[in-house]
Amino acid sequence: MSNLIANGKVVDDEWTLVKLPPPPDEKVRKQAGKVVLFKLTGENTHTNSQIESVEIPPEGKVLLPLPLWTLKKQELSNRVSKGEIGVWLETHELVESLSCSISDINKLPVIGVHVERFADGRIFTIGNLLRSRYGFKNELRAFGDVLRDQLYFLKRCGFDSYLIRNDRSAADALASLNDFSEPYQGAVDITQPVWRRIDRQG
Amino acid sequence: MYKYDAIDQKIVNQRVAQYRDQTRRYLAGELSDDEFRPLRLQNGLYIQRHAPMLRIAIPYGMLSSKQLRKLAEISKRFDKGYGHFSTRQNLQLNWPKLEDTPDILSELATVEMHAIQTSGNCIRNITTDQFAGVAPDEIIDPRAIAEIIRQWSTFHPEFALLPRKFKIAVSGTINDRAIVQAHDIGLEFYKDNSNKTAIRVWVGGGLGRTPILGTVIREHLEWQNVLTYCEAIIRVYNLHGRRDNAYKARIKILVKALGIEEFRSQVESEWQHIKDSPNTISESELLRVSKYFDEMPYENLQDSCEAFENSFNNNPAFSAWVKRCVHPHKKSGYRAVTLSLKPHGKAPGDATSEQMSVVADLSDKYSFGEIRVSHEQNLILADVKLSDLFPLWEQARAVGLATPNIGLLTDIICCPGGDFCSLANAKSIPIAEAIQIQFDNLDYLYDIGDIELNISGCMNACGHHHVGHIGILGVDKDGSEWYQVTIGGKQGNDASIGTVIGPSFSAEEMPGVVSRIIDVYIKEREQDELFIETVRRIGIAPFKNHVYAKETTNV
Repeated sequence: MSNLIANGKVVDDEWTLVKLPPPPDEKVRKQAGKVVLFKLTGENTHTNSQIESVEIPPEGKVLLPLPLWTLKKQELSNRVSKGEIGVWLETHELVESLSCSISDINKLPVIGVHVERFADGRIFTIGNLLRSRYGFKNELRAFGDVLRDQLYFLKRCGFDSYLIRNDRSAADALASLNDFSEPYQGAVDITQPVWRRIDRQG
Repeated sequence: MYKYDAIDQKIVNQRVAQYRDQTRRYLAGELSDDEFRPLRLQNGLYIQRHAPMLRIAIPYGMLSSKQLRKLAEISKRFDKGYGHFSTRQNLQLNWPKLEDTPDILSELATVEMHAIQTSGNCIRNITTDQFAGVAPDEIIDPRAIAEIIRQWSTFHPEFALLPRKFKIAVSGTINDRAIVQAHDIGLEFYKDNSNKTAIRVWVGGGLGRTPILGTVIREHLEWQNVLTYCEAIIRVYNLHGRRDNAYKARIKILVKALGIEEFRSQVESEWQHIKDSPNTISESELLRVSKYFDEMPYENLQDSCEAFENSFNNNPAFSAWVKRCVHPHKKSGYRAVTLSLKPHGKAPGDATSEQMSVVADLSDKYSFGEIRVSHEQNLILADVKLSDLFPLWEQARAVGLATPNIGLLTDIICCPGGDFCSLANAKSIPIAEAIQIQFDNLDYLYDIGDIELNISGCMNACGHHHVGHIGILGVDKDGSEWYQVTIGGKQGNDASIGTVIGPSFSAEEMPGVVSRIIDVYIKEREQDELFIETVRRIGIAPFKNHVYAKETTNV
């Protein structure tokens, strides 16, 4: 059973997710005795040789990590035209790196953003930038530690598909897309703030 | 004050429903502790030492009598008959049951209240001057913009999970009373050369473990742009603020790391993209919200009253109270009144359910049914007629709300500390109480004059100890409780961070330490010099020498 929500319902996932191997020197980093949970924005985690060693499935729709895409995009141009290539970002990667790597970002049928920990709110800004700054119009997917209580915010920041963490029910999560019906501030989905949408003078 | 329309009401009602379901899922084991934590925190619920603590939002410190009566009822029904007013102008309940919190929020919603974003890594309650709208030194009443910011920040989707908490203060007076320099963003309203409302934007201030005063990021911002400019600041922070270390995650650390020039240039370049986006405030929206903060229906009164003057001249207790607890008002014949929540020997900022009910009644009788909470943790009736001061005083005194100590040594700002808070290293309330008992002599307190003593039970600095003229910080040394003392801190336009005077003290030593600091001031002061002025003139060395002197000779 798929755990993907798109367009407000649970649907099958056509995309094959390609991941990078864990970096060889990924040791547990600690600061003041506490494990460091988040990577810094702009931090590089993999070497080129590691990235090169990743195999891309030769057929079908594949969702590639940004470093792999950046490295292999020339040889993938055919598949891009066929709409078989999507790219995903980590929350510590820069949206600019993706936008610079392609002449028209809308050649990608899907962009994914991986959130390692649900408390990492960078995903919201990334979604917002992709939609409002870079004009991305196709499927924008959140995956990773995606839980129902963040869906409403993700939706408002321009996400329209959500791969719910696999130990949770996507069907249950659907309800949370509509936790609030009339938001105050303008954002990506509803661009106008409430005072421009509704006459509140009465 | 602001009144909800159907839209506001629906949002808080939907919040209650959402939170009720989240609590249900948590209790049913469908949400882990880690997953539930940010959800409950953003509804003001902490898990504390003895019980959960629920922090109820009081936007920019304003309450109606109806709301305060509801808080009285809630604190009686769901808690132990009292509540604690905090330095962020909120109300904290120390003993609610987790299972009851959805019902409490549902009760709050009936009087247009909530606990939204009173904790957690998000934009917190907006704070301001407790005398907003009535202060003689006010240039612009900031409350309408504060309300617009409150609405904008409520469930702002992009800033729902920031690296750390985010506090915004607004101020529109000549003398800052909102400590705008100690906030993540401080918005200082003024009239520019063309007499238009403009905002000086401060960024990167904050107390906590690394106390830093803010820096001006923009000298002149048109009020229409305040939301989009805040969005630009918070967006840069959301992407680049540190998430790897909670102690280095506040915006002040990012501003320091990048330098204000670089930070400003990133914010400005971000802002160019969103400057005229739909969240730009329209004239009509400002007008709509401003109507709720129109002037009260004041009477035209003389600024004198015979009955008042008679009582003032013949009743020393009353006149003492007037001198400390009654404040000037922009309108002739009116005064603002502080009801002290600092009786000597009680927890600073605490009010019983009965006291809350009485204050609600008093506000209906004497002050248009409105109450303010100050960041100094007192309650304010902002619009009292001169002729009503005496009857008000008598009734406030009967319930212990007329201690004439506002601005004096015993008007201590104090966090809940180790008695309640699980973050605290040390108790703070017993220290405050011991100092209040030590100085339980009004004549001596008046002689010492205006002074601010602030106590925090840990470096999170909820008691604002860094900006206290005397600051006391609870520290943990090998599992026991010690207290570090700073002097020379100050809030206001010329804010400063206090300097540590030396090694820390035990709880028992603290009243004596404060006495010795005061002794030095009494000896060294010139004419009418206030404590803070003496400290700034002579430096901390004389205080340090006397406090740490071996023998207890008198100065």
